[in-house]
Amino acid sequence: METYTAMRAFADSWGLLYMVLIFLGVCFFAFRPGSKKIYDEQARIPLNEEHPNND
Amino acid sequence: MDPISTIAAAAATLLAIILALYSSAQAHDTVFAVHMMIFAIAGGLTLFFLIRNCSFTTVKATGPQMYNDSIVRYGIIATLFWGIIGFAVGVLIASQLAFPALNFDLPWTNFGRLRPLHTSAVVFAFCGNALIATSFYVVQRTCRTPLAFGGLAWFVFWGYQLFIVLAATGYVLGSTQTKEYAEPEWHVDLWLTVVWVAYLIVFFFTLLRRREPHIYVANWFYLAFIVTVAMLHVVNGLAVPVSAFSSHSYAAFSGVQSALVQWWYGHNAVGFFLTAGFLGMMYYFVPKQANRPVYSYRLSIIHFWAVIFLYIWAGPHHLHYTALPDWAQNLGMVFSIMLWMPSWGGMINGLMTLSGAWDKLRTDPILRMMVASIAFYGMATFEGPLMSIKAVNSLSHYTDWTIGHVHSGALGWNALVSFGAIYFMVPKLWSRKELYSLKLVNWHFWTAMMGIVIYASSMWVSGIMQGLMWREYNSDGFLVYSFAETVVQMHPFYVLRAAGGLMFLIGGVIMIYNVWRTIRGEVKVDQPVSQIITVGA
Repeated sequence: METYTAMRAFADSWGLLYMVLIFLGVCFFAFRPGSKKIYDEQARIPLNEEHPNND
Repeated sequence: MDPISTIAAAAATLLAIILALYSSAQAHDTVFAVHMMIFAIAGGLTLFFLIRNCSFTTVKATGPQMYNDSIVRYGIIATLFWGIIGFAVGVLIASQLAFPALNFDLPWTNFGRLRPLHTSAVVFAFCGNALIATSFYVVQRTCRTPLAFGGLAWFVFWGYQLFIVLAATGYVLGSTQTKEYAEPEWHVDLWLTVVWVAYLIVFFFTLLRRREPHIYVANWFYLAFIVTVAMLHVVNGLAVPVSAFSSHSYAAFSGVQSALVQWWYGHNAVGFFLTAGFLGMMYYFVPKQANRPVYSYRLSIIHFWAVIFLYIWAGPHHLHYTALPDWAQNLGMVFSIMLWMPSWGGMINGLMTLSGAWDKLRTDPILRMMVASIAFYGMATFEGPLMSIKAVNSLSHYTDWTIGHVHSGALGWNALVSFGAIYFMVPKLWSRKELYSLKLVNWHFWTAMMGIVIYASSMWVSGIMQGLMWREYNSDGFLVYSFAETVVQMHPFYVLRAAGGLMFLIGGVIMIYNVWRTIRGEVKVDQPVSQIITVGA
């Protein structure tokens, strides 16, 4: 098979599946049970800082 | 810097100066000779400051490690400086379209050369400096660590200014590789690549050295912007120079491949330079100014991945009804339409951050500026996918509707959110209690807003009129209007557009005045904005 055709066939089958699965994985990961508390804390990062030595 | 790295840097600079002078002498054309002389002068200045700032005492400062903020201060001044130049050139070229006499019949000032000067000045010089400055500001604070490699960060700042000067002088002298938003020739491209890799190293190692376990979402967007722009720039810039001492080159791709690579670059310059980077700005400065965490951190993560996954495929919508295969055109259209989802998700996330604090919009013109910018982000990302639909594109493409669309995004979203971030940072960076005058921020907001509305609406009307006139057939199947007839009809709208641009420029001047007085430590005693508004209502 010609390189162009082979790459196109790969891109719209396995390549597409790979991308969709990764994206769905990200969504499931973001909504995993118990993540709300962690995310609420992480969202406050900009509001907690001011000085580098305030550990 | 310590003596050893100073000596190493000085030796490298000296070598670069010799190389630049030699190349200048060998140059095949004026542009290359001028550019190599600029390199040599920049090298000379670098050498001078390296030697002057070199300290041979071995005592190290033992105080607390402070953020590297002076580079952000320089970045803000550079942003304002290039911003005014970019806006002013924009007003000039808008006026040239209305009144061709303003081309002055000189090669250096004609529209063809000044147009890339305007686009590069606003996109790369103004927005680019705003992105570099805010990314350095945000990454240090959200990682609670100073910038990694302070010397390299200064190289990034000054190296980027040198890139801007090279690009601008090249345009005026007529040097271009004819790729939109990537006009600089190969030697300037190579210099930008070096600077950009240094930027990536500084940003990435600052993230590695963070004292905060989590990488805040704004930094994800900034990192995606830096990495993707590096990739786009390198691939699109692939070219073979005619000679090592010539400013001319031939692109590695030709025909439709070249066009596709160009618009893969061009649209992702919008997607990653003007969107991802500025979303980083939004996710930090809006919560700071509103003093509330972002509405949904979960949504911000999904926003990030969806934008990254979808944007990269949208480029082919710039090549509808061309030699590009139909499937590729449709792919670009479908991915553009899918972008509605993450774009509006992100807009909602930004706007809803104010949920429960909407009253602040009445009293805080800086927050108002940021919220208006998010609203424009929503409008521009609604209009863009609409225009990528083939049926709509057949009317809108090559008309001034596109110009109106670009400006509602660039002036409304990119510029307003940058202005908001600058108003937020300036008092903090110069240790001032507050801005010189909030009332002037309010004036800036409304002049800029009026300017954008006049600009965008005049381009909508004229663009759609232009598109309709171009496709008007008579009963015999002949085109009704000649091109020149459509140009005549555009005149009043071109005048209006220049007026809108002028208002935006005036807003920028008001801002510079306000920032300058703030830096001098002055505070204007005037009525609080809240009272003015209450009395007005």
